[in-house]
Parts: sequence; structure tokens; C-alpha cells
Amino acid sequence: MEARKRLSAVVAGGALLLAAAACGGGGGTGNQPGESTQPSAGGGGDKAFVWALSAEPKALDGAYVSDGESLRVVRQIFEGLVGTKPGATDVVPALATKWESTDATNWTFTLKQGVKFHDGTDFNAEAACWNFERWFNFKGAQQNPAVSYYWQTVFGGFAKNEDPEMTPSSYKGCKTEGADKIVISLASPSASFISALSLPSFSMVSPAAIQKSGDAVEMKGDAPEFTGKFATEAPVGTGPYKFVSWARGDKLTLEAFDGYHGEKAKIKSLIFRAISDAPARRQALESGEIDGFDQVEPADVETLKGAGYTIQERPALNVGYIGFNQKLAPMDNPKIRQAIAHAINREALVKAKYPPGSTVATQFMPPELAGYNEQVTTYPYDVNKAKQLIAESGVANPTVELWYPTGVTRPYMPDPKANFEAFKADLEAAGFKVVVKSARWTPEYIDAVDNGKAMIFMIGWNADFADADNFVGTFFQAPQKRWSFDNKEIFGKLDEAERETDPAKRTALYQEANKLIMDFLPGLPYVHNKSFVGLGKDIKGFLTDPLSNENFSLVSRG
Amino acid sequence: MSLGAAEAAITVAEEQGGGLWREAVKRLSRNPAAIIGAVLIALFVFVAIFADWLAPYTAMAPDLSQIEGPGHVPGPSAEHWLGLDDNGRDLLSRIILGARQSLLVGVVSLLFGMAGGIILGLLAGGLGGWVDSTVMRLVDMMLAIPGLLFAIGIAAMLGQGMTAVMIAIGVVNIPVFARLLRGQMLAQREADYALAAKSLGVKRSRIILGHVFPNSLTPVIVQGTLTLATAIIEAAGLAFLGLSGEDPSIPEWGRMLAESQRHLANAPQLVIAPGVAIVLAALGFTLLGEALREALDPKYRR
Amino acid sequence: MLRFIVRRLLVLVPVLLGLSIALFAWVRALPGSPAQALLGERATQAQIDLINRQMGLDEPIYVQYFRFLGKIVQFDFGTSVQTNQPVLDEMIRRFPATFELGVTALLLAVVVGVPLGYFAARRGGTWLDSATITGSLVGITIPVFFLAYMLKYVFAVKLGWFPNTGRQEARMLNVEHPTGFYVLDGLVTGNMAAFWDAILHLVLPAVALATIPLAIIARITRAAVLDVLNEDYVRTAESKGLTAGVVTRRHVLRNALLPVTTVVGLQFGLLMSGAILTETVFAFPGVGKFVADAIPTRDYPSIQGFILVIATLFVLINLVVDVAYGLIDPRVRVK
Repeated sequence: MEARKRLSAVVAGGALLLAAAACGGGGGTGNQPGESTQPSAGGGGDKAFVWALSAEPKALDGAYVSDGESLRVVRQIFEGLVGTKPGATDVVPALATKWESTDATNWTFTLKQGVKFHDGTDFNAEAACWNFERWFNFKGAQQNPAVSYYWQTVFGGFAKNEDPEMTPSSYKGCKTEGADKIVISLASPSASFISALSLPSFSMVSPAAIQKSGDAVEMKGDAPEFTGKFATEAPVGTGPYKFVSWARGDKLTLEAFDGYHGEKAKIKSLIFRAISDAPARRQALESGEIDGFDQVEPADVETLKGAGYTIQERPALNVGYIGFNQKLAPMDNPKIRQAIAHAINREALVKAKYPPGSTVATQFMPPELAGYNEQVTTYPYDVNKAKQLIAESGVANPTVELWYPTGVTRPYMPDPKANFEAFKADLEAAGFKVVVKSARWTPEYIDAVDNGKAMIFMIGWNADFADADNFVGTFFQAPQKRWSFDNKEIFGKLDEAERETDPAKRTALYQEANKLIMDFLPGLPYVHNKSFVGLGKDIKGFLTDPLSNENFSLVSRG
Repeated sequence: MSLGAAEAAITVAEEQGGGLWREAVKRLSRNPAAIIGAVLIALFVFVAIFADWLAPYTAMAPDLSQIEGPGHVPGPSAEHWLGLDDNGRDLLSRIILGARQSLLVGVVSLLFGMAGGIILGLLAGGLGGWVDSTVMRLVDMMLAIPGLLFAIGIAAMLGQGMTAVMIAIGVVNIPVFARLLRGQMLAQREADYALAAKSLGVKRSRIILGHVFPNSLTPVIVQGTLTLATAIIEAAGLAFLGLSGEDPSIPEWGRMLAESQRHLANAPQLVIAPGVAIVLAALGFTLLGEALREALDPKYRR
Repeated sequence: MLRFIVRRLLVLVPVLLGLSIALFAWVRALPGSPAQALLGERATQAQIDLINRQMGLDEPIYVQYFRFLGKIVQFDFGTSVQTNQPVLDEMIRRFPATFELGVTALLLAVVVGVPLGYFAARRGGTWLDSATITGSLVGITIPVFFLAYMLKYVFAVKLGWFPNTGRQEARMLNVEHPTGFYVLDGLVTGNMAAFWDAILHLVLPAVALATIPLAIIARITRAAVLDVLNEDYVRTAESKGLTAGVVTRRHVLRNALLPVTTVVGLQFGLLMSGAILTETVFAFPGVGKFVADAIPTRDYPSIQGFILVIATLFVLINLVVDVAYGLIDPRVRVK
């Protein structure tokens, strides 16, 4: 159950992940695809495009990384067998032109012809199967969950599991049929595994390059170390950009790949720099040192827009909420939970602290998704109602512990401290005594929340994929220590909804579930936050992607 | 000679020490830097103690109704002389209330560092021998770690909170005091009165605890004044690296300075006000400490 | 002299050994497990257990310590959690940046601080003296990151005279770095554009970093010069009618520079603390920035390695300073 659920989560997430990938020419400017190959041309292709990452990538082999900043770069150098339609979750051809199966267990992929890796070797059936076998045969530190995170999430284990507790692999094998067809066999039927393959972690790498540079991983001290040079000094894929150099700490340089099989990159040089300080990223954009960065601070959105910078919005597939742990009294008291909900002024917080376009949440999933219920019970801001509910609860002078994380910003929580201060003041105004609890985001805070030690905690969720199941299903389908409640009605309704295949019925079931949840009030959702990408004034063709894996080959200067 | 006579001899020697302080105070009162320093400190301590009474607003709870959107920071007005912060609170009140936290950090970490330093210094300077070597190696070790990282390391073990910050800064200062006291005690032990007392048969522990130690405290006190300044500055550095008090609604200069960097362009007063407050408070202690050092230094007495 | 050096080197051993025990104990005393640091919010209990087993965290503590010690004497500080690369490699890669910045800052501090202190002392009681004292005290009391932000805001953001971040304009392609010291690289490869660019990138961070050492050096110089001026031999020289210039050259400067030398050596630790803050503000890719980033990412192997390297360097530099001091001033050796 758990494994399958994770699979479905990642699958659809993968679909979204590459939403922008297949969007050839979406940027539609006057630039010709081939222009960037003319070094002396006076157009926008000459001046390098510089993107500020918030942290240095860990490595450039998709199979070894799961952090956003590494995957952002991997996405430019590599491609997988399948991709997704721009702005949607539909799986579309990438390195495979079509795929089919009669039993959902053995899948035949027809590969695109004439595709070359950056090192000049051919991408063909043999190379494709080699990639799958490489992942399947990971050994030693390669089996570390921090290394092959997505393989393990999607396929479970490996050919030889080195840890007895690891789940057996759902992958069986890969056979070539001629030069342009491969057959991938699974342990059990699955249709959803196709979209998982669109994750950048399942990118096709050049077998020759791996053999030449090595892909060893060793466990040294507290962390795995990429001792093989492929992932750090010589990554070779089929993507629109090829690797040039990586001066760690300084910059990572990519260059448009002349032999790219699709529409070629418009800007010749693509450079990534890590600037961890948020105000420094904005200032670097203003001075022209960089051309773009992600997660513009809410306070800067209007300022930068006003100054003529291109600010692009990303869909708000997230929710920020306050969780209640019902094991810890008085949170077991429904009147107290309702009192808290009425005490907190969510409108004021969202207006003052969240970027324009963000909305106050009424339930644990964003309105864009099927299953959202307009009719759920709402808890408008009303201090007197809150005081009345406290009086009715029978709890005299209720004391609550309010937790907030430090050392972190999340898309749904750009400034946790500000949220905390607002919540604390609101709760105190309603008559609660608030005990301040704070901890570093990783690991203490997450640990306290997940192990049921935090009474009232601020947290949230970013979509892996655009489905109700990824929100309420993840939170409330089974008992969890962070909530510590056992509500069979809610668990049952969500089980039922997840099993339902008819879309209309499924939507109705999730709507019912949302109603149940908001009546029960296990926590208080408060925001669906918009996030923004900031770009230089002359940048065109940048397409935001719901999961931040934007395709830079579409970008041009106008 | 009797022990009583020995004591008398020591007391005579110490009279000169007392004279040193008296003369120092006289010299300080003529030194404009010392006066400015003392005024700044007095102001700082006064504001810290009477903050609740001085602050025009309570300024603890955010008032988001004042904020029209992210990035909006209401500027100075007749009601709010320095304007509001990004949570809709009166900035002047927060600066005033913040003095309390800064003074607390300074004093507590100073006491902590001084107490630790005095214990170590007393052990090393008083007992000598292998205790001295061991303590001094420990002190060398602590001094070899860059102060800021040392504090971060300590605070990381203790978890988030002002207590962690105060202990961390205190620990960083332990070796400074230890070394200073030990050096001074070694010198004092060789001083005429101590040698005289020793030759007269006064017990070693009595010489050291009763005379050498108190006579060695002068530079420790000077250093203590200066440490009050560095503690306030170090607390700001730690806040910049994300280590500060648990409850962000309690105003604290270092944190206000570190966290308002994002508003440098649109509301520079949010940055400048706590920055100036830190500089003035630290300057007060530094001015007085430096003047004190010069006043007590025999070299400058000519 | 040799015995002095050997004795000082022997003292190093217990200090570094103690440091290794302290650092080992420190990591064990930290809350949370490395596995959680690696996986963050996605960690499941099964994954954490698996990683702990792989790391051999179940062995007796002294076995773990001796393994740790065995590694660090071979300069193996483990693997950075931030980058999954050897900590030593990361240090070596970033050290030139910090060295370049630190040396520039120190040069600035000495070149400005020594003359300032000297003239302040010679003109004791004048406005120059008061201005130097006041200025140096203000310099000490400004939080480094505050100053760095203000400098950056005024000279980079508002006036645009200098770049905001980094050590080199990212769009400069085909710049070679044979030494890793970007200013030097520009000269060596004859790339004057890169040379100038590297200098421009150094100015603001170096000024920010130099402020505190500059203030300290100016004050120490002033005090040292005052001391020397009050010495009998200078008075004698002056009474003998030697011109001020000669007195300055022969006696004052030479004798006053002794304590200054010591102080310059002691600025190393201060520069490192300052570099952590300054490099963060300017996104300057040095060791300080790396360590600042190591804090939120719980990259403890990197912090451990950094402290070990810096502490060793600090002790060695002090040794060198003491030896140099002894060479210049024979009286010290006798003591």
C-alpha cells in the first residue's frame, strides 16, 4: 500500500515535472533555432544566460540526485524516454516516439532514430537498456536512499538488495528488439510507471561516457561521495545543452549542443551560479550580473515588476497549514480546535505577507484540483466566537505550544517567523496562552512534527502531482503520528476515493472527504501561495513549470 | 617577624593598587572619550531598564492591518517617529525594548565568560605546574577556533534560543579572560609584596586568594567592559547566521538588523535603526573600556 | 632558536589532539542523525536505519573516534553533506578565494592602519589623533555584515561602481585559472580584462573585511609609537638634536613595529570569522561562504574540517610570528 502510493505520487509528479520539456518553440520570438550556433551573430544568442541557483548542485547525474537545484541543471543536459505536454500532466514522446503494452507488464518502447549523445555516440536500444540495467544493478553506496532516491521510490529495490529490509524491485528487465525497440518488463502490471519515467532522475546517459569517466559512489563519513567523474566533471546526455565546465563554488557552464535532435537552444552559453542570500539574488538581477532566479521574495514581486523586470508566476499547487496534534491536550477537544480556527486572521496574514495572487485556503488542497469542495465548513476570523468556543470547551485558560521552523523558507511559507508572530498574537488575543517552540527545519523540526511531539505546528505541502490524492490522501488516508487521530470515516472515504476509477465519482468522493475533514478540523489550512520567477528585462520565452524544472533552451533575448 | 607584620607589609603594597584606581577615576573624568562612553552606557542601561515605560507602544504583537502587502513598510509619521516595521509595529518602541535584550546578552554572556575565565585563570595562575600547562593548552585550543564558528558550534548543540546564544558567546570569551588573569597573576606573584609575604611564611593559598588574585583583576575588569561591546556585536553576527531567540516577537537588535536586510532598498530605516543602536551601545562600552585601560596603564601616567 | 621552535611545535600536539576529541564529541552531541540531515523532510524511518547501518554508527565510541583520528591525520575530513565531495577538496578549491580576500584586506589594513596610527601618535591631541581613535572605535563596533550590506548597497547597487556578488563576472568565458588566485591568474594568463574584473570584485568585500583589523592596527600602532616616543633613548636622541626624520627611521618605527607584527598575526582568526559573514553578503565563493552554507545544511563534516584546518593554521601562524619576533628582537628569545 505504502509503496504503491508512493509510486503513484511520483508518477504523476514526474508527468508534471517535465511539463515544459516538450514545448518546442513555445517561447516564439524572432530568433531562429540555428542562430545560436553562429558565434559572431549579433543577436541575443551571444550573451550568456546566467541563472542564480539558491544552492550549488550536488551532482549532474539524475540517477544520483533528488534535490531541486541539481535536477534543474540535469534537466538541461539530459532527456528521458518520455516527457510531458507543456503545462499539463499528459505524457508525450521524448527519446521514445511511442510505447505500448498488451498486459501492462511488458512495455515496448519505440525509440527516436538518429539521436546522438554529446560525446558523439548513438542513442539506441542498446544504450536505453544499458541505462535501466545500470540503475537496477546499483551496489553499495549507490543503494543508499539519499543517492538513488527516485529509483527506490518508483521501483523499490535492486537486482541484489544489500539491505534485507529493502523492498524487492518491481523492475524485471530490459530487452532490445533491433536498434530502435526495447521491452521493459515489470514484476506486476502497471500503467502509471510510464509517467514516472519522465522524472529527470530517469534520464538517459551515455554508456560510453560512464564507462570512460566512472560513476562510483562511496560512503565516506557522514555522506555519500561521488568519486566517479561522470556526475561531477563529465556528464554526457542527449539534451539541448552540453556540459562545459564546473568551477565549484563559482559557476557551472553549459553550451548549446549543435547536434541536438530537437529544436536547438536559442542562447549559446548557459551559466549557473549559486547565490544563497535572497536579497543578493535580487540585487544581482538588478545589476545585470544574472538574468534570472527563482522564488522571488514576496516583498520584491511588485518592486521588480515596477522596475520593468519580467516576473513570471507559477501555479499555486500547494497548501500552507497549521497542524493540530490531537494526542496532546487540549487539541483533542474539537471546540478548542474550532476556537483556534476562528481566532486566526488568515486574510490579514495572506494580504500582508504573501505575494499577490495567493489565496486564503479553506481546505487542505488547492482549488485547481478536482475534488475541491466549495461547500466545506469555513471558520471566519471572529475573536468573540473563539472566546465563546473556549468557554464552551470546558478548558480553563488553555495553554498551547506553537511550533515554527527556523533556517528555512518554503514556497507556502516564505517567512515562517512572520507567520508565527501573527498566529501567536491572534491566539493570545483570543485568550490562549502560547508557549513558543522553535527548531531547525531539518532534522529537529521535521522530527518533532513527524514523531508527534509538536502540538500546533506550521507546515505545508507542495504538489508532487496534480491530484487530490497527493494532498488529502497523503495527509489523512491512514493514521499518522503528526495528527494522532483515528477517524475511520475519513480514512474510509479517502480509500474509497483513491480506488474509484470513474473521474466524476472520484471527484464527488474527494469533495465528501474534504467536507468531512474540515468538519473534523485536524488542522487549519491558511494559504495557497503563488511563487515567482524573476527575469532580466530582455529575457523572452521563459516558461514556468509547476515543479520548477524549466527548460532553458526555449529562452532567448529580445 | 609576625604574620601580622607581613599582612601590614602587603597592605601597604596594595595601597598603591587602590591609589591606581582612584587616580584612574580622576583621569577618566578628564577624558572626553570616557565621558561620552559613560553617557552612552548610562543611556543604554536607562533605556533598557525603563523600556516598558519609555516605549510609546507595546510593539510586541504584529498588527498586520497596517500592512497593505508584502514589501509595504509604513514610514515615519507623527504617531510613529521611526515608522512601523514590516509587521505593523512601532519601530521606535521595538528599538527601545530591544535595548533590554542586548543588555541581557551582553551582561549574561560576560558573566558566564568571566566566571569560566576566572576559574581557569585561577587554576592556572594559582596552582601552576601541570595544571597550568593543561589549562593553557585548553585555552590555546579554544583560542585557535575562529570565535564566530566556536559560538555557532556551541549554539548548535544547545538548540535555538537566547540562552544558547548567551552561553555560546560566553564560552568564546572564557579563554580570553583565563589567559589575561593567569598572565597577570604570574606577574603579581613575582611582585615585591607577594615575595615578601612568601618569605615571611604566609600560606600560599592565602597569598594567592587573598592578595594576588584581587590585585590581578584590574585588566580583567577592563577586558570585561570591552567584552560587553563585542558580545552585543557577536550576537548580531549569530543572528545573521540564523541563531537568535526563540520568540521572534521579542525585539532584539541583532535579529532586527539581520532580518530586515531584505528591506534595505524600500525601508532603510528598518536596517539603519537597529544598526545604529548596536553601534552606539557597543561604542559606549568600547570608549569607556579603552579609556579605562589607558587610565590604569602605568605607562600613560607620566 | 631551534629548540624554541621544536618546543613550540611539541606544544601543538596536545592542542590539536584535544581539538580532535572536542570536534568528534561535538558532532556526537548534536541533536538529530546524519541520515536525517541527508534526506531532510522526506526521510522515512526505514531509510534512516539503513543509512545508519551503512555508516557503522553502531560501533563502540572509542573505535569510532580512533577511526576518525586516523582519517584526519591523513587529511581525510570526510565528505561534505552539501556537495557530496571530499571536504578537503572543497577547502582546497575555495581556499585561494579566501586567501586572496584575506590578504587584500590585511594589506589594506596595514597600509592604511600603520600610517594612520603613526601620525595620530606623532600629532597626539590634534584632530587627526581624535579622529583616528574615534574612527577606529566605530570601525570595531560596526557588525561586519551590516557594514558589508551598506557598502554593497551604496557602491554596488546605487552607484554601480563595483559588482554585487562573486569573484568574477559569470559571462566572462574562456578565463583560465592556473593558480586559483583570480587576480594573479589574470596577470599570468595575460588576460587584463579578467585581472581588472577580479580586482573590482575584491574591493568591496576586502574593505568590509579590513575595517576591524584596520582599526585594531591603527590603535596598536598609535599606542606602540607613543610608547617608543616616551622611551628614554628617543628623548635622548631628540635632545641630542637629531632631526625628526632620523629619529623616526632609526628608532621609532622599527621599535614600534614589533608589537604591530604580533597583532597582524593575531588578526587571522578575526579575518576568518569576518570572512564567513563578508563572503556570505557578497556571495564570494570562498571557504567562509562554504562554511556559512554548511550551517543551515547541517554539513558538520565541513565545519569540523574547517575548524581543524583553520585552528592548525592559526597555531602555525602564531608560531611563525613568534619566531619572526624572536629573530627581530633577541630579548624575546631569552625569556
